[in-house]
Amino acid sequence: MATSTPTRDAYAPPPRGSQHKPADTRRQMWRSRLWRFDDKASPFAYIAPFFLVFGAFGLYPLIYTGWIALHRVEMTGMNQMEWVGWENFDKILHDSEFWTAVSNTFLIGVMSTVPQLLVALGLAHLLNYKLRASTFWRTVILTPYATSVASAALVFALVFRADGGLLNWALHFVGLGDTNWANGHWTSKIAISVIVIWRWTGYNTLIYLAAMQAVPSDLYEAASLDGASRWQQFRKVTIPSLRPTILFTIVISTIGSMQLFGEPLLLEGGTLGATGGNENQYETLSVYLYNYGWNLGHLGPAAAVAWAMLALLLIIAAVNWLIGRFVRKSAV
Amino acid sequence: MRITRTVAGRSRRVAVLATTGLTASALLLTGCSSDDSDSNESSDANGKITLTVADFGQFGYKEAGLFAKYHELHPNITVKEDTTADEKVYYPKLLQQLNSGSGLADVQGLEVGRIKELVDTKADQFADLSKVIDVNEFVSWKEKQATTADGKVIGAGTDIGPMSLCYNTELFKKAGLPTDRKEVAAKISGGWEDYLKLGEEYKKKAPAGTYFMDSASAMFNAVVSSNAKQYYDESGKAIYKDSPSVQQGWNLAAEAADKKLTQGLAQFSDPWKAALRKSTMATVVCPAWMAGQISVNAGDANKGKWDITTAPGTSAANWGGSFLGVPKAGKNVDEATKLVKWLTAPEQQAAVFKAIGSFPSNKGAYELPDVKTAKLPYFNDAPIGQLYADEAKSIPETILGPKDASIKDTISTQINNMEQRGTKPDDAWEAATKAIDKVIG
Repeated sequence: MATSTPTRDAYAPPPRGSQHKPADTRRQMWRSRLWRFDDKASPFAYIAPFFLVFGAFGLYPLIYTGWIALHRVEMTGMNQMEWVGWENFDKILHDSEFWTAVSNTFLIGVMSTVPQLLVALGLAHLLNYKLRASTFWRTVILTPYATSVASAALVFALVFRADGGLLNWALHFVGLGDTNWANGHWTSKIAISVIVIWRWTGYNTLIYLAAMQAVPSDLYEAASLDGASRWQQFRKVTIPSLRPTILFTIVISTIGSMQLFGEPLLLEGGTLGATGGNENQYETLSVYLYNYGWNLGHLGPAAAVAWAMLALLLIIAAVNWLIGRFVRKSAV
Repeated sequence: MRITRTVAGRSRRVAVLATTGLTASALLLTGCSSDDSDSNESSDANGKITLTVADFGQFGYKEAGLFAKYHELHPNITVKEDTTADEKVYYPKLLQQLNSGSGLADVQGLEVGRIKELVDTKADQFADLSKVIDVNEFVSWKEKQATTADGKVIGAGTDIGPMSLCYNTELFKKAGLPTDRKEVAAKISGGWEDYLKLGEEYKKKAPAGTYFMDSASAMFNAVVSSNAKQYYDESGKAIYKDSPSVQQGWNLAAEAADKKLTQGLAQFSDPWKAALRKSTMATVVCPAWMAGQISVNAGDANKGKWDITTAPGTSAANWGGSFLGVPKAGKNVDEATKLVKWLTAPEQQAAVFKAIGSFPSNKGAYELPDVKTAKLPYFNDAPIGQLYADEAKSIPETILGPKDASIKDTISTQINNMEQRGTKPDDAWEAATKAIDKVIG
């Protein structure tokens, strides 16, 4: 496939001096110019829809959000914009709630991503064995991913309810069970992480599985000839082959946990959900942004939060890249 | 994969290009215009009109059968109601719709905690109702709240929330307290300090697992509501930090939390509803509309166990209440104002009161039998019509501020922290002021 790109030579005009009328030659030249134009322009035309849509729904909002972040804009009068410069950024950076949200986002991100990827790796390894009804298992493992955030969060809200929740009911058999999950600083983060893990493990499992099946089997054969155990094969063959995939899932999960919104908003719902609990114990950056813009009606600081989130993502990406480079260098 | 270039191939490419271009522009266009579809359908060729009423919580029009009745009176008009359960979800949506000028219903419900902000910033987007309704028909302060500086009225009053006290007679009896309405009222006639004293008395012999009150923030709200000056002063400055009523309410709430007189539940939450069902709280501060909440959530099993008496102290208070406004962006502004006038007339307000217990703001309704002689069977036939009508007359005219609702919610959260987490009052107050400064912006 990769080598079959059509070459221009096939359509080159016939060599000069052949028996053609001048008009014919002119048409040939016109045609060849058209071909060349087509060659240059049509790739742009093909990708244009994406850039048009991206410009309208991605880039424009992004820049306009930055513009708003430098103004005082209220939900009650969006056409009155008053220039305030960096004041909004100043405001949020000096707001302890913002830093609570940063640390919550980070903690929940780690608490959900790490177990999720480890479990996904293990599951993918199991699914990679010859199994009866393997398609069935692979489908089953992806089903949580197909549920909507809202329904998953609402069902888990019932599981984690303090009063008559499923989990507390189960725990009371072992003498525990009066935990007010959403109220506690750690328990609420655990609860949210569980929802995220439940929804995303299957998705990552399938990605790992696909990558594992692309690992050439002769590597394993060679390893087993050298007397490597299953576990050694997993560690020395599977994991290194999966490194780019693992990096990809880490990046995707990082972006995902940065945007974590529905789960914390709906764990308790109502006013409590919008402030991430009554002591902001599970307020993520997205929830903080939402509360600032939609409940308090101050769009300037809310837009500043959005840009702060972008900056944080860029920092994380830079750190990720540095670590990646370091790992690659030390591997050589 | 070799591409054979023929004329047909080229025209196909042109077609592909054209389609992608069209799709992209269609996407752009629909992104801007998808909101309009609703209002276009509101009137068809036969002159049939569909009016939409967007509201929140429980306005009671459906329960009282008023929309069906309006359709009977005006066969060409059908009224559709679009209810959002939580006003905190409803209001930001309303602001967004006002900003974009699309997606608005013909009639919009407006809550008293938001009315000042709307009067200040959005008045020009609402039809002026000052010529449509007679503002003097309403309790004196009600329509003033919805009037702009130049005399425009943006909302017609629906209900008000005169305050009383609901109490569980069975629990009172078990704790050795009087159960008669007059005797209970006498015990707390000195004000909210008396109410807490009664609470301590209750606690001494309280049945296990029960509390004197459901939520200290409800009591805080009641205390603040009985004062003219609440969170703002006349000039529109936020004075909640020095407001005597806020301080009084806060201190009482802190005391109640400290003495464990409160169960510490957020009102209207699921645990709160469950507590009503299980009868674990002896008193609930009762604005008129709260009686409906209690009877629905406590259920038939608790019928006759509750009673209603006057709220502590002698100064009357109002908690809550709403308005109906007509956005100018609607297609049927005339018909919508007629509907609003009809819905807020005495007969209809009395019907709503009968159906769900929201107390009329239109004084004309107080003379109608449905209100005047109203008794609540669920509450030992408490004569609520008389009780609330008497109180409605002496409710002070309060000074509203643009962020009243958000300030109240923020303080409630911190009171809840004192109740549930044992947060020290000073720490909670500091957290509250910080959060409120953010609200005011």
